[in-house]
Amino acid sequence: MVDHMDYHKLERKNRVHKRIATVIVYALLALWAVIVLFPFYWMLLTSVKSYGAYNSEYIPKFYTVSPTLQNYIDAFTSVPLARYFTNTIIFTVVTTAVMLIVITLAAFAFARLEFPGKNMIFVLFLSLMMIPNELVIITNFVTITDWNMRNTFPGLILPSVTSVFYIYLLKENFEQIPDSLYYAAKVDGTSDLKYLLKVMIPMSKPTLVTIAILKVIECWNAYVWPRLITDDEDYYLVSNGIQEIRENGFGRENIPAMMAAVVVISVPLIVLFLLFRNKVMAGVSRGGIKG
Amino acid sequence: MEKKKISFQSLKGWLYLLPAILFLGFFMVYPLIDVFVYSFEEGYNSASQTYFGIGGYNYSYVLHDNYFLQAVKNTFLLVVITVPLSTGLALLISVGLSSIKPLRNLFQTVYFLPYVTNTLAVGLVFMILFKKTAYTDGLINLVITWFGGSAVDFIDGPYWAKMFVLCFYTIWVVMPFKILILTSALASVNQQYYNAARVDGTSKLRIFMKITLPMISPMLFYLIITGFIGAFKAYSDAVALFGTNLNAAKMNTIVGYVYDMLYGDSGGYPSYASAAAIILFAIVLTITCINLLVSKKNVHY
Repeated sequence: MVDHMDYHKLERKNRVHKRIATVIVYALLALWAVIVLFPFYWMLLTSVKSYGAYNSEYIPKFYTVSPTLQNYIDAFTSVPLARYFTNTIIFTVVTTAVMLIVITLAAFAFARLEFPGKNMIFVLFLSLMMIPNELVIITNFVTITDWNMRNTFPGLILPSVTSVFYIYLLKENFEQIPDSLYYAAKVDGTSDLKYLLKVMIPMSKPTLVTIAILKVIECWNAYVWPRLITDDEDYYLVSNGIQEIRENGFGRENIPAMMAAVVVISVPLIVLFLLFRNKVMAGVSRGGIKG
Repeated sequence: MEKKKISFQSLKGWLYLLPAILFLGFFMVYPLIDVFVYSFEEGYNSASQTYFGIGGYNYSYVLHDNYFLQAVKNTFLLVVITVPLSTGLALLISVGLSSIKPLRNLFQTVYFLPYVTNTLAVGLVFMILFKKTAYTDGLINLVITWFGGSAVDFIDGPYWAKMFVLCFYTIWVVMPFKILILTSALASVNQQYYNAARVDGTSKLRIFMKITLPMISPMLFYLIITGFIGAFKAYSDAVALFGTNLNAAKMNTIVGYVYDMLYGDSGGYPSYASAAAIILFAIVLTITCINLLVSKKNVHY
């Protein structure tokens, strides 16, 4: 009887301990969530505060009673934000599209075709994966300058339309498609190119979409190369644009308008992420390192 | 006949590879050789494309340049502070995440947000949060004064304050990737090990040290290695916080030094830039090799 009581007591004690532990875990997780979300909240909040209200707050307020959209209008009228935006969209779409074509052709050759020197060139490709961008960017800068391609879209785009890693990823995917399909198509007299377009690409669509999303994220955030290769505002991408806005736009004190620009720049990728949450996360864990 | 077919077939393979080979050749293989050539050409003039001689002068110039030494110091501090802190914190959060069920997806989504934001843009938000101006002390300083401290300018103020913001922002930026990798590593640990340990009455801490940690150690080391490499290449975080003139702010990084030598007000010296880039690559390579040696001893595959 006594033993029985003790057992119950112990169990209850255990349950209380477990509950306390759970509360602590949730509290810590919530704390980190606040640290992550707070900058986003602050940028949204500041972007709807009026210029006068923001500058009169010596002690910053956590809310605003009279939100305004004036800053968004300013962001599009007093600095060429729309221009930066269009440039970034062109850059992102063209780079991603060209890269998809280049890597699909290469991955197809490695996965499906037989030709002498294939293994040698594949090993060579793989070894290029270890080359950091910082090492080759110097000569690329000189090359593009020599070709008179500064402040042009080809100059921005050309150096980033191949990725050995994505070729590798896609080749692995192509190799999972059963050989029998290929031989059946051959018997029917289908050409290699047609087989690639009609069978392999549709079957590898999930991987292609993942690669495209990762590349879009990379392009949207590109900063270093565009900064080196453009000094004409007409060709700035959003990253350079925001830096330009910070240093010369609006006048240093118009922080609400600056934050409106930051919101406009951040929204597209956040929307893309929320729409393709699982794809983005799976893709990144397969090999996306921010850089 | 048969032979002709084979040669056409082999040509076709190379034809499919041609675009990739051209792009990689122009923008990767050639530059890779060229960067070494540049780094040994002394007194290279980019306008006339001439140089005086071959030798190690560029390296010696870079190694004696105070801006470079400052950049090396900043970069090492950044690496030593952020890599262990972010990896540890990510491990803590991932363990917490895997122990709960409700709200887990929501937390995971929120934690991933910094990955999909533009580093330059959100850096501006951090700047206004930490900056002290004539109009306002800024939000962080407000919080500091609540706790009885005195306001500091984190953006234009003392060195340690600037370093603190840079580390804080860097950690904020790199956390999503680490949390993602560690939560999926934790999820892939075979549940049977835990059940067996529970039957034996093993304590939670012991289970973590003896089962969880060894099981996820390959992923943990992967994160540490990529973390080191990434932190050594830090640059845009610093630009976002302190502006493009990092030398004046004494906040430059090695990569920043390379770009400043190449372009901008202090630019036009591809030789110095190349030498600095090769020094950086040598440092990263050395650290990665040390990491791999250490991991061989401690990682259980």
